[in-house]
Amino acid sequence: MAHGPAKGLSRWLFTTNHKDIGTMYLWFSFLMFFLGGLFALVIRAELFQPGLQIVEPAFFNQMTTLHGLIMVFGAVMPAFVGLANWMLPMMIGAPDMALPRMNNWSFWILPFAFAALVSTLFMEGGAPDFGWTFYAPLSTTYAPPSVTLFIFSVHIMGASSIMGAINIIATILNMRAPGMTLMKMPLFVWTWLITAYLLIAVMPVLAGVVTMMLMDIHFGTSFFDAAGGGDPVLFQHIFWFFGHPEVYIMILPAFGIVSAIIPTFARKPLFGYSSMVYATASIAFLSFIVWAHHMFTVGMPLAGELIFMYATMLIAVPTGVKVFNWVTTMWRGAMTFETPMLFSIAFVILFTIGGFSGLMLAIAPADFQYHDTYFVVAHFHYVLVPGAIFSITAAVYYWLPKWCGRMYDEAMGRVHFWIAFIGLNVTFFPMHFSGLAGMPRRIPDYNPLWADWNMISSVGAFLFGAAQVLFLYIVIRTIIGGKKASDEVWEASHGLEWTVASPAPYHTFSTPPEVK
Amino acid sequence: MEQKYEPYYVPEQSKFPLFATIGLFLTVMGLGNWLMEMSNGTEGKGQQVFLLGLVILLFVMWKWFGQVIKENHAGLNSAQLKRSYVWGMGWFIFSEVMFFAAFFGALFYVRTFALPWLSEGPTAEYLWNDFEAEWPLMTTPDMAANGEAATVLGPEKNMSNPGIANWFGWLPFWNTALLLASSVTVHFAHTSLKSGKNQRQFNLWLAVTVSLGFLFLVLQAEEYIEAYEHLGLQLNSGIYGTTFFMLTGFHGAHVTLGTIMLLVQLARSVTSWAWRLPPIIALIVAFYVALFGGHFALSIKLAMVGAACGLLIFVAAMKPNGIFHHDDCFGFEASSWYWHFVDVVWLGLFIFVYILG
Repeated sequence: MAHGPAKGLSRWLFTTNHKDIGTMYLWFSFLMFFLGGLFALVIRAELFQPGLQIVEPAFFNQMTTLHGLIMVFGAVMPAFVGLANWMLPMMIGAPDMALPRMNNWSFWILPFAFAALVSTLFMEGGAPDFGWTFYAPLSTTYAPPSVTLFIFSVHIMGASSIMGAINIIATILNMRAPGMTLMKMPLFVWTWLITAYLLIAVMPVLAGVVTMMLMDIHFGTSFFDAAGGGDPVLFQHIFWFFGHPEVYIMILPAFGIVSAIIPTFARKPLFGYSSMVYATASIAFLSFIVWAHHMFTVGMPLAGELIFMYATMLIAVPTGVKVFNWVTTMWRGAMTFETPMLFSIAFVILFTIGGFSGLMLAIAPADFQYHDTYFVVAHFHYVLVPGAIFSITAAVYYWLPKWCGRMYDEAMGRVHFWIAFIGLNVTFFPMHFSGLAGMPRRIPDYNPLWADWNMISSVGAFLFGAAQVLFLYIVIRTIIGGKKASDEVWEASHGLEWTVASPAPYHTFSTPPEVK
Repeated sequence: MEQKYEPYYVPEQSKFPLFATIGLFLTVMGLGNWLMEMSNGTEGKGQQVFLLGLVILLFVMWKWFGQVIKENHAGLNSAQLKRSYVWGMGWFIFSEVMFFAAFFGALFYVRTFALPWLSEGPTAEYLWNDFEAEWPLMTTPDMAANGEAATVLGPEKNMSNPGIANWFGWLPFWNTALLLASSVTVHFAHTSLKSGKNQRQFNLWLAVTVSLGFLFLVLQAEEYIEAYEHLGLQLNSGIYGTTFFMLTGFHGAHVTLGTIMLLVQLARSVTSWAWRLPPIIALIVAFYVALFGGHFALSIKLAMVGAACGLLIFVAAMKPNGIFHHDDCFGFEASSWYWHFVDVVWLGLFIFVYILG
């Protein structure tokens, strides 16, 4: 166990070390974040003005599709798994992940899966162009040939997620240090435990639905074909049975991250720890019974509309508990505003805005107006960008000193935050207005009525993109030339990960620590 | 402190994950390209890439499992590590449950909502010319609307419950009996192993379980042949054929995997390769001849596979090598949980696909 890392490339190819694997996940996610971001900028450049300027409509569709798929499956999810790999064993006092070899398998599938997915851009007929939700029959009868490779890359990235999730559950349930009872676990551990459960529950459903597509395309089955007695709406039900828990998979670990950061910089323990745990579990449970709120306009019976509407609004209750707990944690705290805290506070505020627009969308009769407009785009970008992306950014600033033993440049971190914060709001806030004014999603050309809002959005998008380049620069500069960080890193940091040296030794907790 | 905890074994490095990834990648991309070539009618290397990937993947898994077994024999696996394997297998089975849930959900949705809605109001009146919902769906909406010109044809006959009086001539009934019996026999194998006394009894019960699994597969194949050749029931026979073949087909694939898992455990528990190989070769040959070697009657197919199974049971009765201990038999236990899971899925199929079909 006393061995250090292997020399050369084999360290990364054959590693079983949770820190190495976490690092690879995070860098892979960063790469995908830039690729998905590049595709987003193609979209925003085309939408800068009405009319067709830069890309063909068919290519525009490929961009919206790949932007969504890459951000969801390539950037956000691997980033959270990377953070889980790095932090969970250190937070619960475990020597490594429970199944270290499978851990590396989970990682290595991803670069291959995304290489296959991105390579479809160069195929005849182009990349998938049916949106990240790949509704049938767009993705079956009318799909480009590359849909087959898309299906198989979804299959293997799903396998990667399931193995990753199994590993995380086994680690949390089996590897805690003596005395680390469930209700003493840091919230990041709790939220990941519940996220992993969601992953194992719904990734197989995604595998099932893409398999049905594959069979419809190549073997003449009728799952999504009314001519044979199937139903395209069936696709939407199965997809969203996966899809709604999936969006919580992308936000629950974020709750865990800000629940770690806010107490540190407010210098107070987290307010309402146990209610946070129960709220997370409630949100996970509710995520299974709200899926059809994505389909209010598809033609459901009134009872269905009502049930899914009320169930969806219920989610506001546990989410509200969380927001109040974060605010109450800050209440009368001795707050300082280092970069991780800035991102976390922005998370609380902006995620709440996204939550409120979600409530507006949850009202079925109103949703008939909002459906498939930029209002929906604004809503889910407000929960995903300041939600998932900001929390991941906050986590990187918060734990990077522990990972590499060096401190980032605080002034530059704050500059990054403010550019990102302004860029984000300039990009996505106007989308509420263009959406309410009726602008539909996924179109390359539009009515000049929405021109001003779109121009503002596009300027904001490039600003936000520039902020991320700065982020990359800050991270690299920290790793190669940052000032030495102390073991505690932060004045009021709390938890097992701060008891080990900075940078964290290659193997931590080979003998479990005592947890009081 | 050092003595208080058994160390948790973390392997230094491993080549398995990367090579397994390469195998998996070649498998799925080969398969994808092969399917695209078939749909386009073009020539390509898809099939070869698929087979190459599969060989690599299986080889890596063989070595990987072998490595884990070696580590266990070397005493590297602490009780805590073994619990990780237990959790891992348990959650893997849960993920499989959810995979089947998607297909059962599709069946439920089609029967409860999609078909009635297709046959109501303007949908039936204008789109699908007075289509009538029924289950099993013999007349597809395409047939109702387009008559002779329809491309999506329903089956001529279906697989549904022929009435309890006719169950003895009904293959799904026998398949249910076989699988339920096999769940009991694998439990007997487990209890005889747990009692720690009689390894030979364990091998015998396990061999009986594996045999029941193989016989199930013969009957299942027979049912498919019957459906394709005599009932006009095919994968593309509308939504009935779709759900029937996808549900029973994925279940059959899982039975195959479960049987192979149990067979591997049995082979490990039999003394040597000289004893292991003959029944395995006999089984492969019997299956090949039964399924592809001409039109044999079902009784002959069953006799052939049964004879191979007889050889398996005979070999299992030989001197066991005692590889499993009552407190160290995770490979077997995981396989048996998987087997019970496959059995439960079958009960769901029997009820929702056959009896309520």
